[in-house]
Amino acid sequence: MSAATLGTAWALDWIARATKVVSENRIELIELDRAIGDGDHGENMDRGFTAVAAKLAGAEPASPGEVLKTVATTLMSTVGGAAGPLYGTAFLRAAKGADGDLDAAGVATMLEAALEGIRARGKADTGEKTMVDAWTPAAVAAREAAEAGAGAVQAIRAAADAAVEGSEATIPMIATKGRASYLGERSAGHRDPGAQSSALLLVAAAEAAEAAGAGA
Amino acid sequence: MSPDGAHGRAVRTGIVVVSHSARLADGVVEVAAQMAPDVVLRAAGGTDEGGIGTSFTKVEEAVLELLGAGEVVVLTDLGSATMTAESVLEMLDDDDRERVTLADGPLVEGTVAGAVAAQGGADAAAVARTAAAAAASFAHAGEAPPPEPADGGRTVVLTLRNSVGLHARPAALLARLASRYDAEVSVNDVDATSVLALMGLGLGQGEELRVRADGPDADDALAEITKVVEDGFGEE
Repeated sequence: MSAATLGTAWALDWIARATKVVSENRIELIELDRAIGDGDHGENMDRGFTAVAAKLAGAEPASPGEVLKTVATTLMSTVGGAAGPLYGTAFLRAAKGADGDLDAAGVATMLEAALEGIRARGKADTGEKTMVDAWTPAAVAAREAAEAGAGAVQAIRAAADAAVEGSEATIPMIATKGRASYLGERSAGHRDPGAQSSALLLVAAAEAAEAAGAGA
Repeated sequence: MSPDGAHGRAVRTGIVVVSHSARLADGVVEVAAQMAPDVVLRAAGGTDEGGIGTSFTKVEEAVLELLGAGEVVVLTDLGSATMTAESVLEMLDDDDRERVTLADGPLVEGTVAGAVAAQGGADAAAVARTAAAAAASFAHAGEAPPPEPADGGRTVVLTLRNSVGLHARPAALLARLASRYDAEVSVNDVDATSVLALMGLGLGQGEELRVRADGPDADDALAEITKVVEDGFGEE
């Protein structure tokens, strides 16, 4: 069980755990989105990942990249609102960034590719109270871990922890992108729902890696 | 065959209208189709379940269908509609993507102006440019600086006969005629190939059109425009 890299089984377990955690947190995401958006983020994400689970149930992907590409295309077609194209692009770019099984550097490259996709599609930067505020620290943390000689599991765990902190850090921010920006200063005091769902997904990725017992 | 058929360049660009609302997308297509009868327009509005939002699948299907016949311009309404359209472009094969252009510009005015340009034979890049310029041409219609003085070309002065004035349909017909000839054509000092500029003149029945044309086909252009205006654009 102890491998140095994260492979297809990890990717499938990640997405299965992501589907479960999105479903469990559906109400929380709806309430976060209701405070500063249109209140459909939890519903949309749950619908999207339910469709992803159905799609992957009949598939036999040969690589993590193939798993992520299926996630991308399914989310684009089933998640409404801005989250569909944003997460779809994130997983699509992650799929292109994932070259075979992933070591720590591979994890960092995959997360950097996803971040770049989100930034390009949403035209958002850090500090604007969006998903970018979770993905940016995640990608940075994974790269730092890889360069410090960590293994793949530690790299994805570092990314997940950084994403959770990044989501937390959106609470005092004033939104300047997306629907929440219409609220101006009234958007402060609420956690960004997209940053929160991003943190949930990356924690699921770390838990799947730890469950696989992949070594450093 | 449209009335433009005899001299017109072949229509080669189709247009996909992406909106959060299916009814809005359908309505924009309905309006633009009135003015550009040979242009293939497809509405991609609402979610797959018919709700408010945009559907990757609907946009992708519309783009792929139109790619079968030529180039494609995509117009969108609000934020995530643009993101959905960009995602569709990102997923296309390289060969297909080269023939699809995402246009900036206001949805209604941009689609109308772009469709009229497409009817005149414009390629996707030119249709997208026309769509992007639509907001400016509406905002500045009537206050635009007159083009260079009439040092060349010929001018005819015509009287608008049709009872409802130079509204969208006759304006589009006039713009299509103007774009068909190898000549610079203006009406009352605005670009006659711009349907929005023509509509912006707000001309009513009995008012004058000063039509100027300069270029190799100037005489032919003036002759046909004169005929159409005197015929009341076929509306009576």
